[in-house]
Amino acid sequence: MGESKSFNNCQEGKEFKTRSGIPIKEIYTPSDLKKWDYMEKLSSPGEYPFTRGINPASERIDWRISQYFGFGSGKSTNEFLKYVLSQGAQHLVIAFDLPTQCGYDSDHPMSHGEVGKIGVAIDSLQDVENIFKGISIEGRSMSPGGSNGIGPIVLAWMLALCEKLGVSPGKVRFSFQNDPLKEFISRGAYVFPPKQALKFAVDVVEYCHRKGFELTSPIMFCGYHMREGGASITQAMAFTLANAVAYLDELQNRGIKVDEFTGGLEIFLTGGEDFFEEIAARRAFRRMWAKVMKERYNCRNPKRLKAFLQEYTMGSRMTAQQPLNNIVRCTIAAMAAVLGGANGLIVSSYDEALGLPSPEALRVALRTQQIIAEESGISNTSDPLGGSYYVESLTDEIERRAMELFERVQEMGGALAAIENRFYQNEITRTAYQELMDIESGCRTVIGVNKYEVENEETVKPMKKVTFAEERKQAQSLRKLRRERDNDQVQSSLMRVKEAAIEEVNLVEPILEAVKLYATLGEICDVLSELWGRYEQGGI
Amino acid sequence: MTEKERIRILMGKSGLDGHDRGVKVLTLALRNEGFEVIYTGLRQSPEPIVRSAIEEDVDVIGISCLTGNHNYLCSQMLKLLREKVVSDILFIVGGIISEDDIPYLKKIGVDAIFGPGSHVADIVKFIRENVRD
Repeated sequence: MGESKSFNNCQEGKEFKTRSGIPIKEIYTPSDLKKWDYMEKLSSPGEYPFTRGINPASERIDWRISQYFGFGSGKSTNEFLKYVLSQGAQHLVIAFDLPTQCGYDSDHPMSHGEVGKIGVAIDSLQDVENIFKGISIEGRSMSPGGSNGIGPIVLAWMLALCEKLGVSPGKVRFSFQNDPLKEFISRGAYVFPPKQALKFAVDVVEYCHRKGFELTSPIMFCGYHMREGGASITQAMAFTLANAVAYLDELQNRGIKVDEFTGGLEIFLTGGEDFFEEIAARRAFRRMWAKVMKERYNCRNPKRLKAFLQEYTMGSRMTAQQPLNNIVRCTIAAMAAVLGGANGLIVSSYDEALGLPSPEALRVALRTQQIIAEESGISNTSDPLGGSYYVESLTDEIERRAMELFERVQEMGGALAAIENRFYQNEITRTAYQELMDIESGCRTVIGVNKYEVENEETVKPMKKVTFAEERKQAQSLRKLRRERDNDQVQSSLMRVKEAAIEEVNLVEPILEAVKLYATLGEICDVLSELWGRYEQGGI
Repeated sequence: MTEKERIRILMGKSGLDGHDRGVKVLTLALRNEGFEVIYTGLRQSPEPIVRSAIEEDVDVIGISCLTGNHNYLCSQMLKLLREKVVSDILFIVGGIISEDDIPYLKKIGVDAIFGPGSHVADIVKFIRENVRD
């Protein structure tokens, strides 16, 4: 189908637009940048407003090559972790299974069939110990993946692990995702209602600050999941910034000035739809971030003005049809991220639309980055597209549109209001629906799906699936743990968690005590949900 | 089309899977095609999904699953439907469904499976042609 259509997207009526809807002219010239001032708009890499990147030019293009993985039990993830490390990954992002992300133990009825499926199953500190058996963590850079609804519990696991291993937690580069607000907007791995979830997350930020964990990023403001849920790049940027502001306002309410905050703050973005728009958007985002930090929080500390971008190429762009084509899509997306100044990058596995990645697909994902970094020459100079009439025009326009949307969210009362009145959700669903219609009508091309299809193609087989036998094994070891630990002590530690929640104080310390006694994730979430309830989402 | 002839569909997400982009846009697309569509929201257990399908007298149940738990969830729902002697509801599954699960799903009574990249037009056509009287 669609053979007679020309190769550009949505050009019925000869309209050329970026994926987010910005009209594109046939050529860009100096007249597009007439009132454009180099120092105001760009300045040097590493200088305000950081359009050209957060690192000084001397560092050229450099980013943290990361890999996301994890499945089954702590033991199977441990084996895989060793494999990924041997392949040259510099930053590990460990996937948690859904019961873990949603605060249920592996033997809870809600967990049935989900244990170890899309990530590793963690019920207690014991599983965490199994994941890291025989792996030195000092100085390592890693992100315990799905720590959103359960941020303080994941932090407590990591602190307890450090204690067991005799490593100072200040010497590990932890990045906690810990952004529950976006779970109400897309992906849905929420536990508690929005207000309590926000405070629970900020407990992690506050705790890490007070302990002086300078290497740790206690929160990542996530646009990734919104994009995967259908948001345009401008929507994702605006909403991510608005969510960041909600967390940082709460931090300031606790007497910690954003400018004085000691740890790292990361922004988690994704891309892969439109090469130049993706590049421009990252440059625009850094400028927006720097301005908001400066104007709203009076930040002077360069560390706070710099937006550290961790990226993951879009999984939803991976097609089940002709999956090897995804390697090309990933390469384009990864190049856009790098040219846009990403500071950390994960490349999707080409078989992502078919199930858990195979070791081969994981390796290709890693090699894609290594080829870009070490063969292509792309990383030889900082912000190589800076000054391009087209890229600079797009950067300005994306910033203008995203800032306008950000202001709209502020006017309606900020992120919590935009979640509660469903502004975010409705905006994103509208965009996702339009995209579906564009693909259906052939107005937007997806190679192999609505154009150049192959009949009866053979699909690539994904890796073996996690079975119920493994779920039963996980539940068995959980029951064994419950029998063998000191249950009186566990119960009183859980009572202390509850008391602290009633007093509305920071919950990390009491949770850490409970975690060290092998209280389970489900038990901790249950005492908190007695007070806060668990969030329930309605239908449409 | 009159109210009575209108095909009623219940779209559901079961288990802990929160990937709801597909189910939401398909809900809107099917409404646009003239169907009456209810979407349950996330984390519904098989029981309430089957119960509302029967109460709402729907013609079609559409389940979305992207986490690989489709075999278990579908078998639960189809078992409940059989227990309640309901055989006139078309049962459709969408999401990331691996090829080797398809024979099993068909065997337990799933009427159609629509994986990633499926066309709305094909789903609409399937429903129109297969809804049981």
